[in-house]
Amino acid sequence: MNYGVVSQEQLEKIDELLTEKLIKIGVDCVIIIDMAGNIITAKDNGTSKYDVYSFAALAAGNFATVDAMAKLVGEQEFSLLFHKGTDCNIHFSKIDDELLLISMFGKDISLGFLRLNVVETIERIKRLWVREQ
Amino acid sequence: MSFINLREKIVQVKIVYYGPGRGGKTTNLEYINRKFSKQIQSEMVSLKTHGDRTLFFDFLPFNMGQIKGYDLKIQLYTVPGQVKYNATRKLVLKGVDGIVFVADAQEHMREKNIRSLNQLHENLRDYKESIFRIPLVLQYNKVDLRNQGIPILPTAILEKDLNSKLKVPAFEGSALTGYNVPETLKKIISSTVISIQKKLL
Ligand SMILES: Nc1nc2c(ncn2[C@@H]2O[C@H](COP(=O)(O)OP(=O)(O)OP(=O)(O)O)[C@@H](O)[C@H]2O)c(=O)[nH]1
Ligand SMILES: [Mg+2]
Repeated sequence: MNYGVVSQEQLEKIDELLTEKLIKIGVDCVIIIDMAGNIITAKDNGTSKYDVYSFAALAAGNFATVDAMAKLVGEQEFSLLFHKGTDCNIHFSKIDDELLLISMFGKDISLGFLRLNVVETIERIKRLWVREQ
Repeated sequence: MSFINLREKIVQVKIVYYGPGRGGKTTNLEYINRKFSKQIQSEMVSLKTHGDRTLFFDFLPFNMGQIKGYDLKIQLYTVPGQVKYNATRKLVLKGVDGIVFVADAQEHMREKNIRSLNQLHENLRDYKESIFRIPLVLQYNKVDLRNQGIPILPTAILEKDLNSKLKVPAFEGSALTGYNVPETLKKIISSTVISIQKKLL
């Protein structure tokens, strides 16, 4: 996949998906990044403001570290990466070998419900990419 | 690999400061952070040990303004230089677009500079990148120590040790005083942007 350049149309469709499937159910902020820490796109609910560039760099590092640890203990990968806070939770999900989807959400959504929606979003994003190629 | 957002017209470029431990990579970024505060919108992120050694990386996003209608966002990173951290060093190199190799010009660091550069070569190879192709600038850091009578390698020796095959731009520098820190940065940004343009066209 040549994700280095994403077309305007692709991005718009992805943004629509993120809004529809995640922001609308109450996720505060969704970011798609690549493993190098670049931001592909970011959507938020309008009220939460994060420093997304620093966040992306740290998230890529965090994911890469956990991935490297998995390999060290002979795991293919640790599929669930989830950080729980008092007011904010962060959920990481791999789209493919190059891309990560990160959701930040509060107390109002259960992890199970979020995961369901994330899985569906990722499937749709993948289909979108296949079609474009 | 750089990422280009065609809709918002943003280009993100990843530049990594690499080199032996205590060579002055973090000090380069700290100087840039102080000196160019207008172009930096967020805090520098430093993942370090209690002794101020880099543990994972430093991160500093740097706005270059517009080039050909695109907003250029330069993401500056440093690697941890200590020998034992090669696994994390490699993670930081993932997707790198341009590299500044910060050598420590003190005489007793001669061997360590060479070893670090060789390891950079290997690490890039593991990502199917080549040290001979990737935009690269060398900085012979800490030359200010000359004035304190501390033995500093002559630039000719550093050139022979590190740059005889690579033949890339090289600067004497002092990250502490800022001498040639902006010049190093400008050079790596321009080389990297040219290389990205070539890849795209
Ligand atoms: N005299 C002098 N000292 C310097 C210079 N650059 C860095 N130092 C000092 O060298 C020490 C190490 O500098 P750092 O910037 O932390 O080195 P680093 O390359 O980031 O080290 P690691 O994170 O361990 O890889 C610090 O005490 C700095 O103040 C310089 O140009 N001149
Ligand atoms: Mg450092």
